[in-house]
Amino acid sequence: MRVSVLQFPGSNCDHDCTYAFGSVLGCQTSLVWHGETELPADTGLVIVPGGFSYGDYLRCGAIAAHSPIMAAAKRFADQGGAIVGICNGFQILTESRLLPGALLRNQNLSFVCKNVTLRVDSQKSPLTARLPVGSLYTMPIAHMEGNFTASELTLADLEANGQIVLRYVDEHGEATHHANPNGAARNIAGVANRAGNVIGLMPHPERAIEALLGGTDGKSMLTGLIAYVRS
Amino acid sequence: MRARVIVLPRPEILDPQGRAVAHALSALHFGGVEDVRVGRIVDLTLQDGLERGAAELQVRKMAKDLLANPIVEDFTIQWLD
Repeated sequence: MRVSVLQFPGSNCDHDCTYAFGSVLGCQTSLVWHGETELPADTGLVIVPGGFSYGDYLRCGAIAAHSPIMAAAKRFADQGGAIVGICNGFQILTESRLLPGALLRNQNLSFVCKNVTLRVDSQKSPLTARLPVGSLYTMPIAHMEGNFTASELTLADLEANGQIVLRYVDEHGEATHHANPNGAARNIAGVANRAGNVIGLMPHPERAIEALLGGTDGKSMLTGLIAYVRS
Repeated sequence: MRARVIVLPRPEILDPQGRAVAHALSALHFGGVEDVRVGRIVDLTLQDGLERGAAELQVRKMAKDLLANPIVEDFTIQWLD
């Protein structure tokens, strides 16, 4: 089972992800350049990493969504393959319509870089399938456009289908206004597609994998992801 | 042939940039501004010899597929010549 980390011009969490999945979690991990038309044949998990793909030109993720490797990623998803998009990767997945909604400029117009607490609200994604509903995880966010938006109809649909998998919460696990760092609708930090095999999230689990880096909650999350994908 | 694609946040979408500009205008004592929306203009210069009808269809598709995100943005097309 290979973890394929996609790499676009302007990606900057690609090597962090390679380190997390390869060196820390012991998976076979490859970087896959955006110009490739196929994923490595033994790919079991695709990671769309964070960064500023194509300099965030036009809209975050808009140009990367049309790159050749994303056509391969769509085929992989159609066959049930697991895809996780982190930060700019989440933006790329919404722009490529693999995920619903859109990510707008943070409501307070500030780049937000801090630790947040997340609550697992659904197991309907490869990332959360092995995590107890209601469990809390702390890890960093670092973004300017993380304000998740969708029509009220879509939001109700996501809620009903269990596609809202992660929410920003306070230390008591409550999804309060104060705990919402960017204005995201319904405190949404991560959503899955309807089939539950593609997920995007703004927080960075790959940046919370060693105590030296400020915490290991991301490692617990990614360990669950790998266990699920391998099973 | 030149086409101008104007992209704006949809009316129901909160536009934080527009709101910040409105606040700034008010801070500069410009009164009477009720609302500000900030968008983007994309000017396209198309190859000579394209038939106008085909070009209109094509620019509309460009706007839908890439230049605007229909989930959160509306677009209008103007022809500059």
